[in-house]
Amino acid sequence: METYQIYSLTSAVLFVIGIGGVFITRHFIKKIIATMIMGGGVFLSFVSFAERDALTFADPVPHALVITGIVVAVASAAFALALARRIYQQTGDISFSNDK
Amino acid sequence: MTHLPTSSFPALLVGLPILLATLSLFFGSKGRAVVGLAGSLLTTALSLIAIAEVTRRGTVIHILGGWDPPLGILLRIDPLAAVFIGMLALVGVFISLYAWWYFRVREADTGGLPQFWPLWLFLWAGMNGLFLSNDLFNLFVTLEVVGISAVALAVLSGKTTALTAGLRYLLAAITGSMAYLFGVALIYGSTGTLDISLLGQVLEPGATTTFALLVITLGLMIKMAGFPFHFWLPPAHSAALAPVSALLSALVVKGAFYILLRLWMEVFGVSLTYAAGQLIGVAGAVAVIWGSWQAFMQTSLKLIVAHSSVAQLGYLLMVFPLLILAPGVTTDSADWLSPAWTAGIYQVISHAFAKASFFLSAGIIIMALGHDRIESLRNLVGNMRITAMAIGLAGVSLIGLPPSGGFMAKWMLLKGIFLSGQWWWAPVVLTGSLLTAGYVFMLLRLAFAPAREMDTFRPVPKSLEVVALLLAIGSFLIVFPADFLIQFLESSAVFGSGIEPIMEGGEYGNN
Repeated sequence: METYQIYSLTSAVLFVIGIGGVFITRHFIKKIIATMIMGGGVFLSFVSFAERDALTFADPVPHALVITGIVVAVASAAFALALARRIYQQTGDISFSNDK
Repeated sequence: MTHLPTSSFPALLVGLPILLATLSLFFGSKGRAVVGLAGSLLTTALSLIAIAEVTRRGTVIHILGGWDPPLGILLRIDPLAAVFIGMLALVGVFISLYAWWYFRVREADTGGLPQFWPLWLFLWAGMNGLFLSNDLFNLFVTLEVVGISAVALAVLSGKTTALTAGLRYLLAAITGSMAYLFGVALIYGSTGTLDISLLGQVLEPGATTTFALLVITLGLMIKMAGFPFHFWLPPAHSAALAPVSALLSALVVKGAFYILLRLWMEVFGVSLTYAAGQLIGVAGAVAVIWGSWQAFMQTSLKLIVAHSSVAQLGYLLMVFPLLILAPGVTTDSADWLSPAWTAGIYQVISHAFAKASFFLSAGIIIMALGHDRIESLRNLVGNMRITAMAIGLAGVSLIGLPPSGGFMAKWMLLKGIFLSGQWWWAPVVLTGSLLTAGYVFMLLRLAFAPAREMDTFRPVPKSLEVVALLLAIGSFLIVFPADFLIQFLESSAVFGSGIEPIMEGGEYGNN
C-alpha cells in the first residue's frame, strides 16, 4: 500500500466518524467537534490527492483549496460555539432536548 | 466556455452587494437601514440590467482576474442562472421594502436590528455567486457564505427558541457543506479539475464518481431540507423574524436545489441511473405528503407555513425522476422533458413569491396580535382585509389552483408525469394539493368566521400589508410571461436536457 492510500483511507474513516457523531450525539460541543472531525477527514483527503498520477511534485491546488476550507470551517465552528454559549447562558442547556 | 462573450455583470452582481454590505457597517442604526434599502434597490436594478444583457447577447461570462479555467475561476450568466437571479432580485426587493417598515415599527417597540441589512446583502451576494459559479469549489464557498449569513439572520432576535433552532440549522449546514466538499475532493482527485463544463466532458463513470455523486447529493439534500433531512427547517424558519423567514423559505433553500439540478444534469450524467432518479423522487414524494400533513396538524401560523415549505420543496425533487430516462429511451423521443423543466422552474418561482407573501403576512399578524395561534385569526377579514387577501392568494398558489403560478407548476408536472408514463407520481401530486387545500381553507375559514372572543388587533402600517399582497399577486402574474420565459430558457444548453443512463446491461458504455 502506498503512502497516499493510507492517508485517503484514514480520511474516509474520519469522515464517517464525524458524520456519525453529528447525527448520534446530542451534546452541543460534541456535535460541533464531530463536524470538525468530518472537516479534518475532508481536508486530509484533499491533501492525499495532491500526489496524483505520476506527478513528480505535489499538486499545489488542493493545498490552496484546503487552506480556504480550513478558514471557512474555523469561522463556522466559532459561530456554532458562540451560539452554544449563548444558549447555555440563557437556559443552562448544553444539549438538544428532543433531538432526533 | 471561454469563447463566449465576456461582460462585467457577473462580477458586479457578486461585488456590488458585498461592497454595499461592508459600507453599511460604517453607519449607525438609521444610516444602515438607508444604505440597506438603497443597496437592495441598486442590486435589483443591476440584476435586471444583467438579465436584459443576457436576453440580448446570450450567455455571458467573466473570467476573474484574467486567469483562464481550469486554473482560474469563471463566472457565467446563462438563461437558467438569469432566471434564478431575477427571482432573487424581485422577491428580495419586496422583502427589503417590508423589512424597512418592519424594523421601523420594531424600533419603537423593542429596538430595531440594524444587523439585518449587512447580513441580508452578504446573503444576496452569496446567492448571486452561487447562481453564477461554474466551479465546484467556488460553489462550496458561496454555499458557506449563504449558510452562515442565513443562520446569523435566523438567530437575529436572540430568543432562546431562535438560538436553539439556529444552532441546529448551522450544524446541519456545516454537515451538508462538509459532505459536499468530500465529494468535490473525490472528483478533483480523479479528474484534476473543478470546472463544471470541463467535468461534464472528462468525468468517467466508476466507483469514485458514484461515491462522489452520493456524498454531494447527501450534502445538498441536507442543505435544501429534502426528506429525510428536513428536521432543521420548521423550527429555524418559524422562529426567525418575519422578513428573515421569508428570505430563508422563499430563496435560500432554492440555492441548494439549483446546485443539485446543475450538477446532476451537467456533471453526473455518466453515473446516474434510472433507479437513482426514482429514489430521489420517492424522497420528494414522501416530503410532499409528510410536510403537507404536518402543516395540516399545526396550530400556529408560522409552523404551518414552515412545514408547507418542506412539502413544496418535495415537488422540486419529484422533477428528477422525469429527467433521467429509462434505458432505451432517447432524449429526442422524450417529449416530457420540456414540461418537467417548466414545472421545476415554475415551482421554484411561484413558491418563492407565494411563500414570501405567506411569511410576511404571518409577520403582520404577529405584529397585530402579539402571537400567531391560528384560533385568533377569527374575523381577520373584518380587521385586516389586505392581509387576509394576501394569505388567500398565496394559499391558492401553493395549492395550485388556476390561474396561479403554482397551478402552472403542478399542471406541467402532471403533464410530464403522464407523458413519461411514470403514473405512480400522479396520486402524490394530487394528494399533496388536497392536503395543502386542507390547511389553506382551514385558515380562510377562521379568517371569515365571526369573532368569538375579543382579540384586539393592533394597527399595523398599511405599507406592510400592501407589500405582502403584491408578492401574492406576483405569484399569479408570473404566468403571463410564461411563453417568453420558456423560450428564453430554451436557449440555455441545460434546459430541456435529459439523462440517458449508459449503464445498460450492467456494464459501462462509452457512447
